[in-house]
Amino acid sequence: MANTTDTNTSTLPSTLPSPEERVEKLVETRLKKTESRRNFLKLMGVGAGTASVAAATGCGSSAPTSEEFFRQHYKKLTDADKQRIFKRIEDETFARTGITTHIADPPPLDGVEFAYALNLSLCNGSRRCVEACARENNLPDDPEIRYIRVMEMEAGSLDFEEATADYNHERVPVKDKFYMPVQCHQCDNPPCTKACPVEATWKERDGIVVVDYNWCIGCRFCVVACPYFARRFNFTQPQVPPHAINPTQSYLSNRPRFKGVVEKCTFCLHRTRVGRLPACLEACPTGARKFGNLNDPNSELRTIISTKRVFVLKEDLATLPRFYYFFA
Amino acid sequence: MITALFRFTTASIGAMLRGSRGYYLWVLFLLGWVALGGFAYTHQLRVGLSATNMLDQIPWGAYIANFTYLVGMAAAAVMLVIPAYVYDDHALHEVVVLGELLAVAVLIMCLLFVTVDIGRPDRFWHIIPVLGRFNWPISMLSWDVIALNGYLVLNFGITMYILFAKFRGLKPDRRKYVPFVFIAMVWAFSIHTVTAFLYSGMGARPHWNAAILAPRFLASAFAAGPSLMIIALSVIRDKMGFPVKDAALNRLRQIVAVTMLINLFFFFSEIFTELYSFKHHAASMRYLLFGLHGHNKLVPYIWSAMALDIFAAVVFITRRFYQNKMVLRLACGSAVVGVWVEKGMGLVIPGFVPSPLGEVVDYTPSFTEFCVSAAIWALGALIFTLLLKAAVPIELGKLRMATAKEAAQ
Repeated sequence: MANTTDTNTSTLPSTLPSPEERVEKLVETRLKKTESRRNFLKLMGVGAGTASVAAATGCGSSAPTSEEFFRQHYKKLTDADKQRIFKRIEDETFARTGITTHIADPPPLDGVEFAYALNLSLCNGSRRCVEACARENNLPDDPEIRYIRVMEMEAGSLDFEEATADYNHERVPVKDKFYMPVQCHQCDNPPCTKACPVEATWKERDGIVVVDYNWCIGCRFCVVACPYFARRFNFTQPQVPPHAINPTQSYLSNRPRFKGVVEKCTFCLHRTRVGRLPACLEACPTGARKFGNLNDPNSELRTIISTKRVFVLKEDLATLPRFYYFFA
Repeated sequence: MITALFRFTTASIGAMLRGSRGYYLWVLFLLGWVALGGFAYTHQLRVGLSATNMLDQIPWGAYIANFTYLVGMAAAAVMLVIPAYVYDDHALHEVVVLGELLAVAVLIMCLLFVTVDIGRPDRFWHIIPVLGRFNWPISMLSWDVIALNGYLVLNFGITMYILFAKFRGLKPDRRKYVPFVFIAMVWAFSIHTVTAFLYSGMGARPHWNAAILAPRFLASAFAAGPSLMIIALSVIRDKMGFPVKDAALNRLRQIVAVTMLINLFFFFSEIFTELYSFKHHAASMRYLLFGLHGHNKLVPYIWSAMALDIFAAVVFITRRFYQNKMVLRLACGSAVVGVWVEKGMGLVIPGFVPSPLGEVVDYTPSFTEFCVSAAIWALGALIFTLLLKAAVPIELGKLRMATAKEAAQ
């Protein structure tokens, strides 16, 4: 499973804003417009020009090309196959949107096992992680797909039935509530990969559970199997307006997806495998999110796990999440 | 042999094409539904599964609910096969081929319901062993693929062997097919068990994660399946002149009397365990029976289903009622519908409510889902009708190679 290329941002044209700038800008614009998503989309449409939005929607044609039809499972692709396929996807994206993207395939790093820790005492429910994640991973606003769900919990209770994800306040946090972001826990014993009848989803060496979007048959058995509501199905063709496209992409994470397949959080593997932090962490205004290598005894993450009283969600299911919560 | 097979095929197709005005109207009626469903499915292919009312919170809906129910109907053919072959029940032995043909038609419906449910039907080859990447033995869905296709091949093979032999005027050689009948007997239990394991193996879904699920699946299937057989055999007797003995119908009635009571008992055990302990995981059961946080779409359906089941059970065990043919057929219809609701939507949907993050979302099938589902039912009825149209005259000795040859000349 050798990687085809170690390149990341360095190969991008220098005219593009850095991913951080872009995410920051988009998060700012989005959070100021709290009125309605529709309104926001309209604004974006005006900004980008109706034509480009139409171009973006044009990718709805669904019949697979013969190359797509016969494309092999990710694990069977040779380096040459990958180069050809990545180039093809980049060209398609350019033809559709006029945006130059770059698709890489960073492999898991030797000796690295990623894990996440989230300080519930600090999380204020701003949902900036949600938006940053959406922009980083090219998630559509129409239909809205989000990998992170921030639950507003009743103080004194970890019962999700008493919680809501649809809160809408002028200011957060609200008194007597706390906030619990939930995303893929990248379980060490993932029930979702067991469910898949075609091995379209699997756990990588660094613990990240990935999906081959070109192999998934869309049966949604993995969605049913996940105890954390972490998987998302593309019920229709996802639409990402050209100016919102993140051009730094990877085959197993944020490259363009299509209707009828399942996707999920990958701990931003296109960032984290090349030494950067996940977008959700960078966007967090309170520093509640900590990410690192579980195998590195000097990492902040290891310090947290060994010194704080951490817990995992639904421990009784023995899914062994790599996502720890703590109050500190 | 090849010529005989060719004759068998042409004679069968010939039999399917000939019929009374009522027959043509029935076929046309079914074809109309199939066409409507075809249009609906093309729409769904174009826009994606957003044409359905499914959501991430409700990842499976009417399609998989129908699929689950129908796997049981297919398995229920074994309730004719066991008395016929193990207990030498002669009355049932005369109609056993019809039961197996019903299983063939129903299995095709099952496979269609799965096909319309998947997001990328163009990638079907990914699930073919060797050609694709078949996640066997870990994924329960891979077991289901083997179980269903194997059962389809077994039933199709057995029925075609018997009919082909009779067509040639020969006596089917028991040594050649009875071993397969016994394999199919065990296989029937396996298909529904594996389908139950799809659900009960989900640790994430406490509503299904119970050992009672597979036994309950079998009990309800063996209640609804023979009930449908009673209705089907009555119609075959009335409309197609096949001499179905009362003894056969009565044996089936005895079977459903027991299985329906067992089914109700299992369901009651489940309700008691969930509600008495009143643990958190009982939320799905509360949603199903009483509604949760003001969401109560399933409540009227499940209570109606239970009323239908209980009505059927009372008729099946009360001589005064079941001796009246109309009342018996009504009860059989109630069992078929009651179980359809109870283990279709009544089982699949509450598994998703509340969601793993406690969300309560209601679901009702969309118009597209309704049309596509209705079309698959119509197609199943059509396949069964056509199979019968050829099988009944062969079984009765009216359609023989010798006579077909004469007719051709």
